[in-house]
Amino acid sequence: MSVEPVPAAAPSAGELIRNGILTENPVFRLALSLCPAVAVTTNVTNGIALGLAVLAVQVLSSVTVALTRTRIHPRVRIPVYTLIIAVWVSAIDMTLAAFAPAVYAQVGLYVKLIVAFAIIISRLEMFASRYPLVPSFWDGLGMGLGFLFALMVIGALRELLGNGSILGFQLTPAKPLLFFALPAGGFFSIALLMALFNRIERMMGGTGAPSGGGSHGV
Amino acid sequence: MASRMPVARPGLAFALAVVTAALAAVLMMLMLAPPVEAAGDPIAHVRVAPPNEIVVRLTAPPADPRPEDFRFTEASAPDAPIPVTAVRVEDGNRVRLTLDATVHPSQHYRLEMTRPAGARDVRPSALALMFTIFLSSALINNFVFTRYLGLCVFFGVSKRRETAIGMGITFTAVIIATGMFSWAVFTYVLKPLHLGFLQVVVFIGAVAAVVQFLDTMLKKTHPQLHRGFGVYLMLITTNCIILAVPLLNAAADASAIEAFSLAVGSGVGFALALFLMSCAREKLELARVPKSFEGLPMAFALAGLFALAFMGFSGLDFFR
Repeated sequence: MSVEPVPAAAPSAGELIRNGILTENPVFRLALSLCPAVAVTTNVTNGIALGLAVLAVQVLSSVTVALTRTRIHPRVRIPVYTLIIAVWVSAIDMTLAAFAPAVYAQVGLYVKLIVAFAIIISRLEMFASRYPLVPSFWDGLGMGLGFLFALMVIGALRELLGNGSILGFQLTPAKPLLFFALPAGGFFSIALLMALFNRIERMMGGTGAPSGGGSHGV
Repeated sequence: MASRMPVARPGLAFALAVVTAALAAVLMMLMLAPPVEAAGDPIAHVRVAPPNEIVVRLTAPPADPRPEDFRFTEASAPDAPIPVTAVRVEDGNRVRLTLDATVHPSQHYRLEMTRPAGARDVRPSALALMFTIFLSSALINNFVFTRYLGLCVFFGVSKRRETAIGMGITFTAVIIATGMFSWAVFTYVLKPLHLGFLQVVVFIGAVAAVVQFLDTMLKKTHPQLHRGFGVYLMLITTNCIILAVPLLNAAADASAIEAFSLAVGSGVGFALALFLMSCAREKLELARVPKSFEGLPMAFALAGLFALAFMGFSGLDFFR
């Protein structure tokens, strides 16, 4: 359970961001932090709000851990990481409540629950605790953007199919498939998008399905 | 993992022990709570009769009551009374008030009377409240299928029925313990000190501490049990539901009974969801699934079907 020695060279910024958005997309590829991905994506606005909150928490806690990693004893690192995340989540939670009360009313509970998201602590454990400040920042940014991207895609799909609108602008005269705005529709949207990602991956010669089973990160 | 699963009996004993302890705590708090009624109260009983009436039984025959003698408010809005439009005297000292708004027996109201002076809090009985919250959190608003919480653990351990049962039992026991502990911390420490903004930090600490405590205790006292259920104990900390319950309780400013029933309901609801899903997924292994849908995508579609079925519970109302 000890932290591995620091690898010689850290990946470049572009590589890290591409990694976060595509090859290791937290939602579609790693199947991590699925709860909010289904819960708040009934429309794009909520998806963006939560995605930005996760992005901020991920970057801030990655940076904090990267700065303090030499001072954290490996044996107590998980509680310390959790505490760091909880502090940043509280800060973001209050910021969002103050500046976007309308959106916060809908996603508030899930913003507080960011603290339990496996994706954040798994990035701290796998990356920020081993690399210095700059690569950790880019890794946090890449993962956060990947999460934001996933939430936006699911949100857009569900809002378009369920409400016939995007970002609140009505595109179709009626609601095409209200089913997708319902709780059950969220599960189906994720199933469809995951299958699509698998399909693309296989067409490009990849390995196909992700490991499956929703790993737990820590 | 499966080969080390013990029979369910010691698990049930463990769950029972935790539930009994939590029940004892609730009963103690109930006994410590101050009595509501004062002596010489002119109001004997108040019953809410939906959609818009209440029936008041008085201790003495009413003398020509008028609507302006009564003041009826919601407990959450004590400064905005609901207008009483008509008063009708019935047999047996009963008075039927017609209100200008719909009322529901699950809500908490207050009735005040000027002639003779008296007041009464109108609230559902503790048992009815417990049952409603339990039903609501276990079925109508099932955390997995309608609020999408705990999905990571849900998809992770629902592949086999035995693991699902083990996780369900452990989770229910632990969430009752953590739910009551966080409720006590919030009500007796955070609220009096106005530290509500620290709830996220404190709750995750409280949950981790309780889980660690149970783990250590179990390892020392029942190593056999720990070998079967210890795996699940550590996984539970990553389950959002265990954190959502204290947060919801704090947001609703819940009483001990409400917090307890929410914890039991969400635990049972999660266990039920896990059990159903594991039964279906075991069958799914024999099915021919399109290649792109293999694994997690198919599990999601399956959960969607369950969620669709659970929408059928949305009309359930205990008080109707």
